[in-house]
Amino acid sequence: MTANRLAESLLALSQQEELADLPKDYLLSESEDEGDNDGERKHQKLLEAISSLDGKNRRKLAERSEASLKVSEFNVSSEGSGEKLVLADLLEPVKTSSSLATVKKQLSRVKSKKTVELPLNKEEIERIHREVAFNKTAQVLSKWDPVVLKNRQAEQLVFPLEKEEPAIAPIEHVLSGWKARTPLEQEIFNLLHKNKQPVTDPLLTPVEKASLRAMSLEEAKMRRAELQRARALQSYYEAKARREKKIKSKKYHKVVKKGKAKKALKEFEQLRKVNPAAALEELEKIEKARMMERMSLKHQNSGKWAKSKAIMAKYDLEARQAMQEQLSKNKELTQKLQVASESEEEEGGTEDVEELLVPDVVNEVQMNADGPNPWMLRSCTSDTKEAATQEDPEQLPELEAHGVSESEGEERPVAEEEILLREFEERRSLRKRSELSQDAEPAGSQETKDSGSQEVLSELRVLSQKLKENHQSRKQKASSEGTIPQVQREEPAPEEEEPLLLQRPERVQTLEELEELGKEECFQNKELPRPVLEGQQSERTPNNRPDAPKEKKKKEQMIDLQNLLTTQSPSVKSLAVPTIEELEDEEERNHRQMIKEAFAGDDVIRDFLKEKREAVEASKPKDVDLTLPGWGEWGGVGLKPSAKKRRRCPVVLLSRFLIKAPEGPPRKDKNLPNVIINEKRNIHAAAHQVRVLPYPFTHHWQFERTIQTPIGSTWNTQRAFQKLTTPKVVTKPGHIINPIKAEDVGYRSSSRSDLSVIQRNPKRITTRHKKQLKKCSVD
Amino acid sequence: METAPKPGKDVPPKKDKLQTKRKKPRRYWEEETVPTTAGASPGPPRNKKNRELRPQRPKNAYILKKSRISKKPQVPKKPREWKNPESQRGLSGAQDPFPGPAPVPVEVVQKFCRIDKSRKLPHSKAKTRSRLEVAEAKEEETSIKAARSELLLAEEPGFLEGEDGEDTAKICQADIVEAVDIASAAKHFDLNLRQFGPYRLNYSRTGRHLAFGGRRGHVAALDWVTKKLMCEINVMEAVRDIRFLHSEALLAVAQNRWLHIYDNQGIELHCIRRCDRVTRLEFLPFHFLLATASETGFLTYLDVSVGKIVAALNARAGRLDVMSQNPYNAVIHLGHSNGTVSLWSPAMKEPLAKILCHRGGVRAVAVDSTGTYMATSGLDHQLKIFDLRGTYQPLSTRTLPHGAGHPAFSQRGLLVAGMGDVVNIWAGQGKASPPSLEQPYLTHRLSGPVHGLQFCPFEDVLGVGHTGGITSMLVPGAGEPNFDGLESNPYRSRKQRQEWEVKALLEKVPAELICLDPRALAEVDVISLEQGKKEQIERLGYDPQAKAPFQPKPKQKGRSSTASLVKRKRKVMDEEHRDKVRQSLQQQHHKEAKAKPTGARPSALDRFVR
Repeated sequence: MTANRLAESLLALSQQEELADLPKDYLLSESEDEGDNDGERKHQKLLEAISSLDGKNRRKLAERSEASLKVSEFNVSSEGSGEKLVLADLLEPVKTSSSLATVKKQLSRVKSKKTVELPLNKEEIERIHREVAFNKTAQVLSKWDPVVLKNRQAEQLVFPLEKEEPAIAPIEHVLSGWKARTPLEQEIFNLLHKNKQPVTDPLLTPVEKASLRAMSLEEAKMRRAELQRARALQSYYEAKARREKKIKSKKYHKVVKKGKAKKALKEFEQLRKVNPAAALEELEKIEKARMMERMSLKHQNSGKWAKSKAIMAKYDLEARQAMQEQLSKNKELTQKLQVASESEEEEGGTEDVEELLVPDVVNEVQMNADGPNPWMLRSCTSDTKEAATQEDPEQLPELEAHGVSESEGEERPVAEEEILLREFEERRSLRKRSELSQDAEPAGSQETKDSGSQEVLSELRVLSQKLKENHQSRKQKASSEGTIPQVQREEPAPEEEEPLLLQRPERVQTLEELEELGKEECFQNKELPRPVLEGQQSERTPNNRPDAPKEKKKKEQMIDLQNLLTTQSPSVKSLAVPTIEELEDEEERNHRQMIKEAFAGDDVIRDFLKEKREAVEASKPKDVDLTLPGWGEWGGVGLKPSAKKRRRCPVVLLSRFLIKAPEGPPRKDKNLPNVIINEKRNIHAAAHQVRVLPYPFTHHWQFERTIQTPIGSTWNTQRAFQKLTTPKVVTKPGHIINPIKAEDVGYRSSSRSDLSVIQRNPKRITTRHKKQLKKCSVD
Repeated sequence: METAPKPGKDVPPKKDKLQTKRKKPRRYWEEETVPTTAGASPGPPRNKKNRELRPQRPKNAYILKKSRISKKPQVPKKPREWKNPESQRGLSGAQDPFPGPAPVPVEVVQKFCRIDKSRKLPHSKAKTRSRLEVAEAKEEETSIKAARSELLLAEEPGFLEGEDGEDTAKICQADIVEAVDIASAAKHFDLNLRQFGPYRLNYSRTGRHLAFGGRRGHVAALDWVTKKLMCEINVMEAVRDIRFLHSEALLAVAQNRWLHIYDNQGIELHCIRRCDRVTRLEFLPFHFLLATASETGFLTYLDVSVGKIVAALNARAGRLDVMSQNPYNAVIHLGHSNGTVSLWSPAMKEPLAKILCHRGGVRAVAVDSTGTYMATSGLDHQLKIFDLRGTYQPLSTRTLPHGAGHPAFSQRGLLVAGMGDVVNIWAGQGKASPPSLEQPYLTHRLSGPVHGLQFCPFEDVLGVGHTGGITSMLVPGAGEPNFDGLESNPYRSRKQRQEWEVKALLEKVPAELICLDPRALAEVDVISLEQGKKEQIERLGYDPQAKAPFQPKPKQKGRSSTASLVKRKRKVMDEEHRDKVRQSLQQQHHKEAKAKPTGARPSALDRFVR
């Protein structure tokens, strides 16, 4: 081989020598044919060859840079070839022989065979076994994961575990798939079939179907209503009977009995006319009843009641009468039967007569004796009063002149019935004044002057009657004229209804209207209530226009407390203005209040601000001063701590001995000048609050959100309340709760399932196993 | 008649009409066959209307879903219903024309939702998230149920409406009485009691009973609807105030000297000497507390269920004679002579809040039933309405010629105040709006100055106590029309009352839970939570909830060298640090941005501003 190579190299050399003459471009192109490495090497050789041509060191031997045992005597080294000498090469003859092939094979086999590894030590093996076993078990158990998760998230768990009921099929479906097997069932079905009772779908017999078809919805409704009505009537009747049965009044029962007897008699009479035979029987019955009563020895004055009456009879007239009645009844019963019908008739007749008579008598009595009936009296008096009023008009003018002057202005245009009305009022007020001296009631003078709020009722009646008459006539007038002021129109109507309550508002209205009319009448009269005027003035002065800008201003300067309280607020409009009717002490109090009002003003605000400042100061956290006077220096009375102690640290800008408290959160009333909100914690309430966050929550906001919905029945409907308060676990009393089984949750039986799980994904297991083994082997 | 239909039209309308005319009266067991025809033709108008009202399932299920506001976890149930419509039919074969639950309006449901979704929660784990979702789903479900049951509130509030331009205040009681039915008209009456001075009055919580006490010692209680007198006595002492306790069987009377408790027979049960010179009484029904304000300046809470004084608080503001309670949170409002109103709870020695309301002294205070508005009237003749929802600012102010006394709110938010012998009532726009003081809703004049005012619960009636006795006047729209039969039933029998009493006592709210915001009780006590955490850390020596420090994962191929591990750790640490810095910077920016607008642009004229 080496010879070959040598020959080759020489050949190449010669070629290259030839090529050397050629331009370099050529050479490069030539060498491109071979691989790059080869080319380089050859290039090197070429250079060597060229340099050796020089002649100086033509035979440059391969240099040996290290000590080597192999020193070729022919100066041939394997360095240049770069290939290993393989044993097979040596054995190989020039031409291959079959005998050596076997040896070669054996050699290769020997070479490929590795050494047998040492077995792992016991611990390693055990660890692997454990690991595999763990994986296996974990795999087996992992099938429970969804079940566990579901149970944990479930709102309610019911034990013992019950298998889920299959969906409830409609009864028709069940029946269609079902067959009668037992003789009893068969018999029943026979019966059903005989009666054409359908067993499947619409469970209606042909008769029912027919009836349904026969009756429309309306009819059915009507019939149902009828039935309901009948039932209701029955129940009413029952209730009535029950109630009557419970009545304990003897008198009532007596009356009922009498009524019944009468009725029976009447019926008997009728029966006698219609059916004498039956009547006879009836008569016998009645006779028998009478006999029974006679035999019973009732009404003998021997009963408990009678005995008690007998004791009383000596002193009590009524008792005596009752006893006598009883005795008379007894006599009547014990008498031999006579012709009773006639006497009865007579009795009835007399009764009738009495009934006829009684009302007249009663009426007479009422007419005569029942004097103090207010209604009757009133009518009488009203008549007289009316008569009086007819006479009155002559006296009218003078009364008016004498009367209240306040209404002068209005009175002129007022119609005559109005005059009449006024006149009555005047009279009333006059009377009032005269009565006032006697009256203990501290009624204000204003009230009495303004209108008689406590007039006599009878007078009122008269008035109202009068007004009613006048009203109609005036209405006609009003329609014709149409220019009569509203005062007149409005006044009488309420007067009729409640003169007591509405006298005053009317008056005020009239005044208002007068003012609106702008009549320049001077109100010199002192009786005009001042507050009324004031109220109206205040009503007018704060015009509504500047309202809006003021509001705006207020919004802008919310902070200014002074503004907040001193802003002028529009006074309210009120239809009814209160009369000042004050008691003595109340007046006094008001006086005091006025004084206070006058002086309070600014003080209130300043005091409040001061109070607030104090509160803020008090609530601020305090700094801690740790300086100990005299520690580390001279001590004594009147000595200040040294400058060193008071010196401020350059970094913190604080003394070393002064611990500054952290600034708390901003006060709630920081921006509210008129409010002081207490920042102190309510410890008693805090004791009832939650102070530990339950498990899955990491922030208190999360937990708060889950308890924000109330669960009590006060805030929820009954259903919602029940649902919100269902217990987490429900158990059946008296039932054994077995541990959960694979079948319960729809798996196959456990012994098989382990295997099945492994078989289902054997790949995963094996790969993991392999990995483990590999790892061990590497170790 | 047309012989042949025009090609453009698919169905001649006339023919259709005829068909409908000829139709037999439908039996209820028969199936409705119309929808099938309706699918092809426009269909009769009746059916169409029907579909508009209530979208039918199969066609536009999505509309239905929109109209119902639920994404309930019932989903698996529905499709099963769908699959076989055969099973939906009952025995009679009739089909439900309105399948599924009835739709509910969203606004009504919104009214019952209580979870505050405006606050954004920090990122939560999957487990927590599922809990939150469950809570939200439950809330929605319950609120839908509540909204659906609103249908049962059959009664509607009354109202008074003037014909165009007519002022309702001009309508007098006589007119109202004439207009209403006899039963309501009988609720207007006057008790003429001139002998025993000005009267204070109080309705029981059910609105069935009325107690009144005259200053000259006349005390009476009656069932005012039937006018049946329960008791009438003269206590021979000045009566300052009178109040029913939890039921109409007990009656607290603030007499000149001490506080007395009578039963409905007029028998004196207790004389509470620890509450002396009481001027005003308030009863907190859910806490069973009787709050008394005395001349000595003490606010005393008496637990009437156990007969113990829970708290006696010194208001340090002199004589107390202005008091009212906030029905929403059971806080007591006291008015003082320095123009402030202070809010009290038995759990705190100091007032919860103090509000400066008037320049003069406060004459009277009233709080509406929702606890949103407070009406105060002062000696400066002003009537103000304050917002109590945190701002405590006046919403509206009016100056009245004589000031207002004894203001009171009705259940539906009407405000009444007495001015001398006139009673003015103001109404708002709706239930939750404050009464507008522009125009009175009603006015009424009495025979004497007003001394006590209260709206009767569940009735459109206002009780007025005055020097001339008691007047019961009709105020349409004052009372809540629907009452809760389990809570306060005007028609309850004695047995029912006893049963209610037991239940109410079992549900008694502890006195210390009274605070300004009752919903704050449903919050976690953060301060003690943090305190507890700190203690735990101290005890264990480490923070169990702290985030575990970053541990780099081991890597292969020589990348898990010590140096690279350190490098990776450093990387994560730096990242965290950078996040922190970024956040703090952002916060600073926010602060600056917030601070800026208040400063606005400096103006040259600013120097003249004081």
